[in-house]
Amino acid sequence: MNPPLVKVRAVREPDAGRNPLPAAQAETLKIDVEHLIFFYGEKRALEDISIKIQPNVVTAFIGPSGCGKSTFLRTLNRMNDIIPGARVEGRVCIDGQDIYRAGVDVVAVRRKVGMVFQKSNPFPKSIFENVAYGLRINRLTSNRSELAGRVEESLQQAALWEEVKDRLHESALALSGGQQQRLCIARALAVKPDILLMDEPASALDPIATQRIEELIYQLKAKFTIVIVTHNMQQAARVSDFTAFFWLGRLVEYERTDKMFTAPSEKLTEDYLTGRFG
Amino acid sequence: MERVVRHFQEELEALQGRLLEMGGLAEERVSAAVQSLVSRDIAAIERVLYGDEPINALHVEIDNRCFKLFALHQPMATDLRAIVSAVKINTDLERVGDLAVNIAEAAKRYATHPPVKKLIDIPQMGDIAQEMLHDALDAFVRRDTVLAQAVLNEDDRLDGLKTQIFRELLDYMLKDPTTVEPALDLILVSRHLERIGDHATNIAEDVIFMVSALDVRHHTPNTPV
Repeated sequence: MNPPLVKVRAVREPDAGRNPLPAAQAETLKIDVEHLIFFYGEKRALEDISIKIQPNVVTAFIGPSGCGKSTFLRTLNRMNDIIPGARVEGRVCIDGQDIYRAGVDVVAVRRKVGMVFQKSNPFPKSIFENVAYGLRINRLTSNRSELAGRVEESLQQAALWEEVKDRLHESALALSGGQQQRLCIARALAVKPDILLMDEPASALDPIATQRIEELIYQLKAKFTIVIVTHNMQQAARVSDFTAFFWLGRLVEYERTDKMFTAPSEKLTEDYLTGRFG
Repeated sequence: MERVVRHFQEELEALQGRLLEMGGLAEERVSAAVQSLVSRDIAAIERVLYGDEPINALHVEIDNRCFKLFALHQPMATDLRAIVSAVKINTDLERVGDLAVNIAEAAKRYATHPPVKKLIDIPQMGDIAQEMLHDALDAFVRRDTVLAQAVLNEDDRLDGLKTQIFRELLDYMLKDPTTVEPALDLILVSRHLERIGDHATNIAEDVIFMVSALDVRHHTPNTPV
């Protein structure tokens, strides 16, 4: 007998597109955002975003320019706090703790939730000092050999160690673009965050350097929870386990990446992925 | 962005057009093969036997088009499913062309014997198979899952006729051993037509996958991607 042609979309539970995680895993959530609204002054830049992210997965945020994906990324470690007139409603829980509640140490939040930006921004210091910087100012190591150990470990994790181990005390600015970006990743990893936020980390890099960053993301998810904003949909498809599609400040669809890129549930997602708008 | 998309859509439409052309050729050849069996017209039989080239050429061309679309546009979502389906439909149509040749081969042998019986069920099978092919391709163009489902339902009729033909011819062969050779050829033809129906079914399944991302092959309903 042939199966009846039930409309797939009707069968889908109303909230399934927004939360692809099985209910049983809800307790082990790394990031749990509930009804987040973000204002730039009077303007509502994000509308009622709710999303649950498990530990040790890579989640990609995609969407057209101005859709709010980078703004949302920056709410996850309170990087928007420095913008005048910025205001947040709703909850952003990291390991069950709301990072926007009163009395939270923002520096501690950002140590736990590291960030890498589109343009690599090494300090005009040596390679070693770039990685050691966060450890020194936070007094995270007690002696010189421990510091050196952490610097090496971080550079190893960022897949840069082999290339720089013989010139640790040369200027970081002499490195190539791809190396500088991996140095910034090493710098973010040195303070042992749990979560790594990446805002278009490879958009200024050539294909080979991009490939290295993507491979690195794949390796890093064993230890970290990674959220990446990317304009490159193929990159989102290659590196992420889950994908969230934003449009006009709304979270339109949040889904397993393989499902999202082969059979998205929402018409808007379909139109964006197939280039019918954007 | 807009310009790139238009270019891609044009390519996709061209691909669809070529696939339809191939479908039309395949239909024609099935029809001609069955007619040549009935008419015992050697010239008509040979036209089918040696007329496979246009389909073979389209087979290669369509594969190349799909290959390029994958490589150059990295399609996603519905576009990805459309091109994956096109690759598979292409293979099915090429096989249909080969089966038309197989029918013509049987027709050529059959024409060297006196007819076993008046042919009624085989032309009917031919009509059903051809219609299934036509509807499956129509469903592909119109993205019509209801029509695709109707094609799937037709397959049982074809299977029923094949079994009926086999039983009837078995009877002839048991009664008169001189009919064994030509009757076996008719059984083969019915088998080929049933296979053509199976290919039409595959195409209909691909249409359902392309439109609703639902994999209905092997009677596994509701297994979305």
